[in-house]
Amino acid sequence: MSFKRKDLLGIRDLQVAEIEHILDLSRSLKEINARSIKKVPTLRGKTVVHLFYEPSTRTRTSFDIAAKRLSADTYSITGSTSSMVKGETLLDTMKNLEAMKPDVFVVRHSASGAPHLLAQHTEASVINAGDGMHEHPSQALLDMLTIHDHKGRLDGLNVVIVGDIYHSRVARSDIYGLTKMGSQVTLCGPPTLIPPDFELMGARVCNHLKDCIPEADVIMVLRLQKERQQQMLLPSLREYSIIYGISPAKLKNAKDDVIIMHPGPMNRGVEISPEVADGPHSVILDQVTNGVAVRMAVLYLLAQDRSSLPDISRPSSPE
Amino acid sequence: MEPKEKSGSFIFRNGRVIDPARKLDGPMDVLVLEGRIAETRPQISLGAEFRSEVQEIDASGKWVVPGLIDMHVHLREPGEEYKETIRSGTHAAVCGGFTGVACMPNTHPVNDSATVTQYILEKARYEGFCRVFPVGAISAGLEGKNLAEYGELQAAGAVAVSDDGRPVMNGLLMRRALEYAGTFELLVISHSEDSQLSAGGLMNEGPVSTRLGLRGIPAAAEEVMIARDIILAEMTRARLHIAHVSSAGSVALIREAKKRGINVTAETAPQYFTLTEELIAGFDTVYKVNPPLRTARDVEAIRAGLADGTIDAIATDHAPHTSVEKDLEFEFASNGMIGLESSLPLILGLVRDGTLTPLEAIAKASSNPAGILRVPCGSLREGAAADVTVIDPEAKYTIDVNTFRSKSRNCPFNGMRVQGRAEMVLVGGIVVFSAP
Repeated sequence: MSFKRKDLLGIRDLQVAEIEHILDLSRSLKEINARSIKKVPTLRGKTVVHLFYEPSTRTRTSFDIAAKRLSADTYSITGSTSSMVKGETLLDTMKNLEAMKPDVFVVRHSASGAPHLLAQHTEASVINAGDGMHEHPSQALLDMLTIHDHKGRLDGLNVVIVGDIYHSRVARSDIYGLTKMGSQVTLCGPPTLIPPDFELMGARVCNHLKDCIPEADVIMVLRLQKERQQQMLLPSLREYSIIYGISPAKLKNAKDDVIIMHPGPMNRGVEISPEVADGPHSVILDQVTNGVAVRMAVLYLLAQDRSSLPDISRPSSPE
Repeated sequence: MEPKEKSGSFIFRNGRVIDPARKLDGPMDVLVLEGRIAETRPQISLGAEFRSEVQEIDASGKWVVPGLIDMHVHLREPGEEYKETIRSGTHAAVCGGFTGVACMPNTHPVNDSATVTQYILEKARYEGFCRVFPVGAISAGLEGKNLAEYGELQAAGAVAVSDDGRPVMNGLLMRRALEYAGTFELLVISHSEDSQLSAGGLMNEGPVSTRLGLRGIPAAAEEVMIARDIILAEMTRARLHIAHVSSAGSVALIREAKKRGINVTAETAPQYFTLTEELIAGFDTVYKVNPPLRTARDVEAIRAGLADGTIDAIATDHAPHTSVEKDLEFEFASNGMIGLESSLPLILGLVRDGTLTPLEAIAKASSNPAGILRVPCGSLREGAAADVTVIDPEAKYTIDVNTFRSKSRNCPFNGMRVQGRAEMVLVGGIVVFSAP
């Protein structure tokens, strides 16, 4: 099948076949990253603009490397949304950039839905590189690729996501992607960080690690933002770490082949102990490596000439 | 009043006259002489001396009702005239069938003084198309700290006080407001929201907010404050009115309070009996409003509350904003939707679907809000000022914001197929609107 979308805004919109297509393509592109000359001319002459309104090192670098390995020209615009509120609007910024004829906007924004607003107003493709608490589709795709690399399948796996689910766009995208691909997702954390509505997305909710770790094939540990204490969501990082921090002791009853993942950046000693982060079960750096391949695949699928595809109609969004 | 014409004399022939204040609903003629209602009864025969000066209007197939009153609008003047003015807002009002609007005090400067109230009334007198009833602030500057000068406000023409747009978070201030307003038998309108529970929320809290990653406003944020204000109203015996009721739990609290004989009234708005949170799925900011659109279950409860009389009035909470406030990230966009020019067909929809009788619908849009505000409107009884709305209940059309007289376009009902519209509107016997 071909991928006929203009934008990649979220995993929730994607069909299973589209996810499989992106993962297959990512696997074949991985080989480029292993060469000594890591560049192909596929997107030569294409322009990719990184529009990052929120600090990001890993995701922006990963998208930038991905675009450059495909020979696209890339430009980065970074800013904070607070200055945006005072000055030029997001749409004005985008329209000015669009006047310079870019092909792809890669957008990171603290406000949920910001990439959707842009996508409605531009002919260029928009890739959501993380919007507020909403979605982070390329992260979910690289997570699925990494899990598949290690387990050989996604169907039938038990994936436990631990931590601040409520504020996490990674958790939302992972829940959509993994459940579509047949995994059973369990969310673990205190009720202040997991509203019950997550069960309606197809995930199970479990408040105690000891109840979900023994069955887990994959444990995905989320970053705990230090501000959560001030928001009355947690008494202290110390107590969080004691109850929900993933340490070797907590993994005593885990499966021998469990893999540990983390979307980064890690708070070592809070949600994950250094022994686990650097230990034999950790695949955290594989995630980062796979991120480049997945983003190459996404850029390739969106930036290629849609006019050359047999059918350029956009599938209607399920919304 | 604009246009500056002499009040005319009219006779509306063979309309369906619906006058809830007198429980009248039937085919009748309405005679208007020199700006006042002269007579309402079947087959009025005019003496020869009147025939030349009274304009005959055939109202057969139409409803002839007391002018509609919207007890909750934001006219934005003074201070935000680019969004709406007293002139444009009242023009929108008459196009929507309204002959009177109560305007909220969150202007710049805030209407917390006789001076601002007088300014609004003065502007309305010269530029307005309909009657304007200013609502003063509960607290000076809407700051939630000290009482505004209710005696002065009332003497200048304010019909109620409210900190609408901002909840009165301080329970003691609300108690004092109710007590002090009681001195003047002044109505206190509560924007019921615990802003700490709503915690910067952007939409109703529930599965949709969780899915979209938008911070939620739980229904509890509205309900705990309604509960508090009901208890304070009981304690102070003051007149409390709950603005823009949006949740099932709120309806239940008000129903129970009324059963206990507490002096509380309530309003809702068309968005709360028509729209649900699901519409926000595409992050469209036209659906961003406070209180937020809630669930289908809440919509049903609001309709039930209208049907059983728990909710007395239908207002619009007409809240104009331009693209400057709305073409933004959902998080940064302003709350609010306009409703003056889309409310009537949605109210009539409640009649067609059997929620309300015609008498009940007109009561909630005219005589009830007039009674709550204690303004001399809302009835076609003889001697009353001739504020009359003639409704064509059959007209089918599509709501189109581009035809609106409001200066703003943030109407969530744009594009909706509806039935029923104002055909002719009289304020004090002057024709202020006549359908093209």
